[in-house]
Amino acid sequence: MSIKGKAYVMGAFEHPTREAPDKSVAQLHAECARGALADAGLNKDDIDGYFCAGDAPGFGALSMADYMGLRNLRHMDSTETGGSSYILHVGHAAEAIAAGKCSVALITLAGKPRTSPPGGGRGGGGFAAAPEAAFEMPYGGTTHNQYAMCATRHMHEFGTTSEQLAWIKVAASHHAQWNPHAFLKEVVTVDDVVNSPMIATPLHRLDCCVVTDGGGALIVTSPEVAKQLDRPKVKVLGAGEAPKGTYGGKVDLTFTGAAWSGPKAFAEAGVKPSDIKYASIYDSFTITVLMQLEDLGFCEKGRGGRFVADGNLISGVGKLPFNTDGGGLCNNHPTNRGGITKVIEAVRQLRGEAHPKVQVPSCDLAIAHGTGGSLGTRHGSATLIMERE
Amino acid sequence: MSEPGEKKAPAVRKIFPPAVNTETERFWKAAEEGKLLYGYCLACNEPHYYPRSFCPFCFSERVEWRQASGDATVYAYSIMYRSPTGPYTIAYVELAEGPRILTNLVDCDFEKIAIDAAAKLVWKPSDGGAPVPFFTLA
Ligand SMILES: [Zn+2]
Repeated sequence: MSIKGKAYVMGAFEHPTREAPDKSVAQLHAECARGALADAGLNKDDIDGYFCAGDAPGFGALSMADYMGLRNLRHMDSTETGGSSYILHVGHAAEAIAAGKCSVALITLAGKPRTSPPGGGRGGGGFAAAPEAAFEMPYGGTTHNQYAMCATRHMHEFGTTSEQLAWIKVAASHHAQWNPHAFLKEVVTVDDVVNSPMIATPLHRLDCCVVTDGGGALIVTSPEVAKQLDRPKVKVLGAGEAPKGTYGGKVDLTFTGAAWSGPKAFAEAGVKPSDIKYASIYDSFTITVLMQLEDLGFCEKGRGGRFVADGNLISGVGKLPFNTDGGGLCNNHPTNRGGITKVIEAVRQLRGEAHPKVQVPSCDLAIAHGTGGSLGTRHGSATLIMERE
Repeated sequence: MSEPGEKKAPAVRKIFPPAVNTETERFWKAAEEGKLLYGYCLACNEPHYYPRSFCPFCFSERVEWRQASGDATVYAYSIMYRSPTGPYTIAYVELAEGPRILTNLVDCDFEKIAIDAAAKLVWKPSDGGAPVPFFTLA
C-alpha cells in the first residue's frame, strides 16, 4: 500500500515567538495546535490522531492529549527521531489515515531552549542509559563537534571548502531578511561567515543554527476531510525514513540517512529531484544541508560544495530555492528541532503563501527533509514530498 | 568562549565517568589494567566496537573480547572551541584492528592533527569512574 494521495496537509502554524520566558512548554504546544486548527478551519474535537516526539512534556502522547483535552483520539504515535520527527510524523499520519485509523491528525512541537536551558526538549534523561553512553559521553560530544567531524571528513574526501559551506548561510540570510519573525534578519556575506568565531573546526558561529523558543503544528487529514475545507490542498505524495548509526565501528561520515530515505520518498511520489521546485532542507549546520542535498540526489556525491555556491539556493537567483523562511540558520529552530518548520515553509510555498520576495513561481512540488539526532553518530532521516493539488 | 548568563566554568573539563553495567563490566575492568578491548565475532570474523555481548553484524553470540594494540589512524576530528574549559578535540580513530571509535585526541599539538595521522592509545582518569581510553598523535 502506498500513501500517495491518501492524505493532505491542511493546517500549518509556526509560533511567532522566539523567546517565551513566560509560557510553559505544554502551553506552547497547545498554542501551536490552536494555530494549526484555525489555519485548517477545524476544531479541537475533530482531531482523532495525535503525533508528538521527545519535546512533548510528560508521558508520550498521553500527558499532552489529556492537557489539550483531545477527547476523540483513536490513533497516537510518539516516534522520536529528534528534529526530523515531525517530518516523519507526516508520513506516519498519512499511513494511519490511509489505513482508516484516523482522519484528522495533529502534530505538535514546542520548547524553550533559549530561555530555559538545558534540556528544553529531551524528556526523561534517557540518554545516560543508552548502550552507547559509556563509550561516547566521556568525549564531550556535542551537536557542534559531531557534525563538524562530518565536515572535516567531507572536506578531506571531496575538497569542500568553508567558503562553499558559507554560501548556505548566505542564502538563508537572503531569505530571512523578508521574514519579520526571523531571529536573525541581517543579510550576511561569505566573508562574514568564515570570519565569525570558530565554534568547532571547521564550523564557524555562522555555520550554526539559531537557538530559539517556540514551536509549530500541522494538521494532516483524509481526502474526504480536505475536500470540505476552504484551504489550498497540499497532497502527500511520498515519504521515506531511515535511521543511520555507527554500525559497530563501521561508521562512515561521508553520507547521511537521506541516501536511504530520499530514494524511498521519490519512488513513492513518482518524481525525481530535478522535478522539485522548492526544497526545505534541515539546516542545523551548513554541512547538514550540503550533505543532505547530495544524498537526496540534487547533485552528485561530493559536488555539494559547488552546487550550493554562488547563490544557487537563493530564491529567484539559483536553481534550487531552499528554506525561504530563513530556515534554522536564520529564522527559527524551536527547541533545537527544526523538522516541523521545514514542513510549514514547504506548505506555505505550495499554497503560494510564502513572502512575495521569496515565493517560488508556480510552486507545485516541494520536498521537506530532515536529520534528527547527530550526523556524527546516529540520526533519523525523514523525507517528505508534497504537491499542490 | 562563554555566553552571557553561563555559569562560571570549572578550570578543567571533567571526564564524565562511564556508566558500567553487567554487559560492559569486563571492558571497564580491563581498562583499569590499561587494556582496550574490542569485540570479535567467531561466526562472521568481524571486529566491532563498542563491544557488546553479541555481534551487531550477524547477531551471533559467539563473540570474544580481544585486546587492541592501541595503534590507530585519525578518521575524522573537530577541535571544539565552544568550551568553557578550553579547546579539546573530538575524533574518530580507526583501530589497526578495523573498528572506528569515538575518542578525543589529547596531549598533542592541535596544528599537527590531520586525517590519516598515526595515533596511539593513552588512558585518562574519569571523574570518579573507570579510566577512559583516549588517543594522542603517535
Ligand atoms: Zn558476526
